[in-house]
Amino acid sequence: MKILVPVKRVIDYNVKARVKADNSDVDLNNVKMALNPFCEIAVEEAIRIKEAGKATEVVVVSIGDKACQEQLRTALALGADKAIQIDTAEKLESLHVAKLLAKVVEQENPELVILGKQAIDSDNNQTGQMLAALTSRAQATFASEVIVEGDKVNVTREVDGGLQTIAVNLPAVVTTDLRLNEPRYATLPNIMKAKRKPLDVISAADLGVDLTPRITTVKVEEPSKREAGEIVADVATLVEKLKNEAKVI
Amino acid sequence: MSVLIIAEHEHGVLKSDTSKVVSATQKLGKSITVLVAGLNVSEVAAAASKIEGVSNVIVADNAAFEHQLAEDLADLVVELAGDYSHIFAAATTTGKNFMPRVAALLDKVQISDIIDVIDENTFKRPIYAGNAIATVQSAEDKHIVTVRSSAFDVAGEQAPAAVSTIDAVKENTLSSFVSQQETESERPELTAANVIISGGRGMQNGENFALLNGIADKLGAAIGASRAAVDAGFVPNDMQVGQTGKIVAPQLYIAVGISGAIQHLAGMKDSKVIVAINKDPDAPIFQVADYGLVADLFDVLPELEASL
Repeated sequence: MKILVPVKRVIDYNVKARVKADNSDVDLNNVKMALNPFCEIAVEEAIRIKEAGKATEVVVVSIGDKACQEQLRTALALGADKAIQIDTAEKLESLHVAKLLAKVVEQENPELVILGKQAIDSDNNQTGQMLAALTSRAQATFASEVIVEGDKVNVTREVDGGLQTIAVNLPAVVTTDLRLNEPRYATLPNIMKAKRKPLDVISAADLGVDLTPRITTVKVEEPSKREAGEIVADVATLVEKLKNEAKVI
Repeated sequence: MSVLIIAEHEHGVLKSDTSKVVSATQKLGKSITVLVAGLNVSEVAAAASKIEGVSNVIVADNAAFEHQLAEDLADLVVELAGDYSHIFAAATTTGKNFMPRVAALLDKVQISDIIDVIDENTFKRPIYAGNAIATVQSAEDKHIVTVRSSAFDVAGEQAPAAVSTIDAVKENTLSSFVSQQETESERPELTAANVIISGGRGMQNGENFALLNGIADKLGAAIGASRAAVDAGFVPNDMQVGQTGKIVAPQLYIAVGISGAIQHLAGMKDSKVIVAINKDPDAPIFQVADYGLVADLFDVLPELEASL
């Protein structure tokens, strides 16, 4: 079985995004970039399935300019076998990304596609579901457990109010939630080895997908700020303030 | 062209998220239809018909929709989509699951997690874990939108609107339901609670979360947790408040032993009143708290419970 893992280069998890002075976007100049955390979990899960002997190859794919090769190399260092960069400088919407990935699915024909449930920049939470729809595959989103059994995958999903387990027929698309696994760290020998693993570059334009933007960002603003309140001396003062000042209890 | 809202319900009860989505769409000034898909959902439909502003309710009552699987729901919504210019659902785990599938099947973009409706094709939504708010305009003629329900109020009530039924089920050969494991709790749900008390890494372990129980009982509060507490294995993930968990906006939010990481603040900073209890005076949570108490939570919690 082949597993395809689409990954995204995003602002580092620990960096606070700042809005540009002209309110056109978030300022990413000289900001530390990293592999999207949910994508890292997806790569780890694919590698674990391969290590368990249930998959033979893990292919990672990223869409972006040359810079995203850094994240592809990270995924290769974690244990992926092959990488594909879909080269484009365009700012893409989730539907575009899903359509480009559908083309890769057509070419690579993976039985399983594992993606992060959302990217921490656009926070859309759409691509996996859209890819499943475009490729007429089953979807199992927000996974906290993935068990491959024959031609089925049992996926336990994080849902409001608990957990739901569903069975999806292969080929399928799975998106990862936080508790699915704890990604490993790449070791130095594996980082060196990753440099020699294959990384193919395909031009997005060659995939025949209409990438005309359908969403315009009118402006990007700072969220309204909360003012820091007061430090109270003790529990009695706190309860008194909540009762008589804030009137919330 | 009018608005279609897919109802959110559980155990035969309509969730307040649906009413909040109706509020969000009222600004569009269009007629509003609510779709209730599920099994034995006549009471849900009756409740939906009484939300102020709803012109009619369509019920798809079938075993296929019992577990709200994305493949089944998406096919149903796509079947109905032709009549509507706007298709809305709450950005719950159900809405987040099936709505992008609907959008892709219709070859439309989706606008996720909106917090404001500017006009019929312009919406506001948080990006970068709530560190920025984007105003986005869609060029589509059909808008597929999920709504952050905590950003909107519950709509009023009205005399019941008309309820009709639809019988449109495609066979789902892709996925099937296996089991459901629900968190048992007598307490209100996080996203619907007026008061929330949450614990963080400072709680030290899962057992210590019991210290929050008495306070939650007295305040009728839901109990939440920070991602750090979930990652440390103290409590299950469905208790997580934050960008990667639940987004809440209660009247009162009490953060106990929570430092206030960006990702947690993104999930609760729209609460009306925030109380922080932390022994570290430099914890960032104090910068957003209305009332801060710098103290050891293990000293303070029993005292707080006793004084309520």
